Amino acid sequence: MSLSAKDKANVKSIWNKILPKSDDIGDQALSRMLVVYPQTKTYFSHFADLTPGSAQVRKHGDTIMNKIDDCVNHMDDLVSYLSSLSELHATKLRVDPANFKILAHSLLVVVAAYLPNDFTPEIHLSVDKFLQQIALALSEKYR
Amino acid sequence: MVQWTDFERATIQNIFGKIDYEDVGPAAFGRCLVVYPWTQRYFGNFGNLYNAAAIQANPMVAAHGKTVLRGLDKAVKNMDDIKATYAELSVLHSEKLHVDPDNFRLLADCLTIVVASRMGSDFTADVQAAFQKFLAVVVSSLGRQYH
Repeated sequence: MSLSAKDKANVKSIWNKILPKSDDIGDQALSRMLVVYPQTKTYFSHFADLTPGSAQVRKHGDTIMNKIDDCVNHMDDLVSYLSSLSELHATKLRVDPANFKILAHSLLVVVAAYLPNDFTPEIHLSVDKFLQQIALALSEKYR
Repeated sequence: MVQWTDFERATIQNIFGKIDYEDVGPAAFGRCLVVYPWTQRYFGNFGNLYNAAAIQANPMVAAHGKTVLRGLDKAVKNMDDIKATYAELSVLHSEKLHVDPDNFRLLADCLTIVVASRMGSDFTADVQAAFQKFLAVVVSSLGRQYH
């Protein structure tokens, strides 16, 4: 399910609208994931405060959104671009790849809530594919 | 039996009391057909599903979307025995319609996203958790009679 030219254009177009609210969206997505899928908290036992909107959660949401933003500019070479991040997730973080789907879903829900008129089914389709491609690239080094 | 907190019960009643079934049903079902095109396999007789615009304009899609939401309403009114409520529908989806139960999950995800877009900031994390729990029970019940 690789990205067509149309998908890439769709992702870029919605991302321009996401960017100004990127901090809030990232924070919301991560906070929400920790509440709706409590099993994901197991990866953050080193965080002092996992309540939604806490400083650590906000910061981590930022980290993730900034990286996804970079990926928007690397849609043609995601696997190579994310190579070292994949290495990190595979060998050090060892996040079960099923969780990438969970975070992707949480992000889609937040984008839908923030940009209801822009997040049309076609845009949703392209963004879903984009996030799955990122997940795939992140899983690349796992085994 | 599924245990519901007071918050979860109230949240489900509140959401389904607020949303317009005639709007949300078609929007969610249409979105599912666009975002997960393989789900179109069950709707060969629906006519033009050629692209997103055609799907969203398709009257049979809209009608079926409303049917689905009205079906969900049964669970909203019978939260303490959703399994029994959907026993017949589960048999139907398995024996007659031959729907892969994974598709229920896909539709549930699209419904969550449409409700999020309608409710905006009211769709808080706790509300989402309750809504997804409800849908997970629905999805499980619909798959229950498959063999």
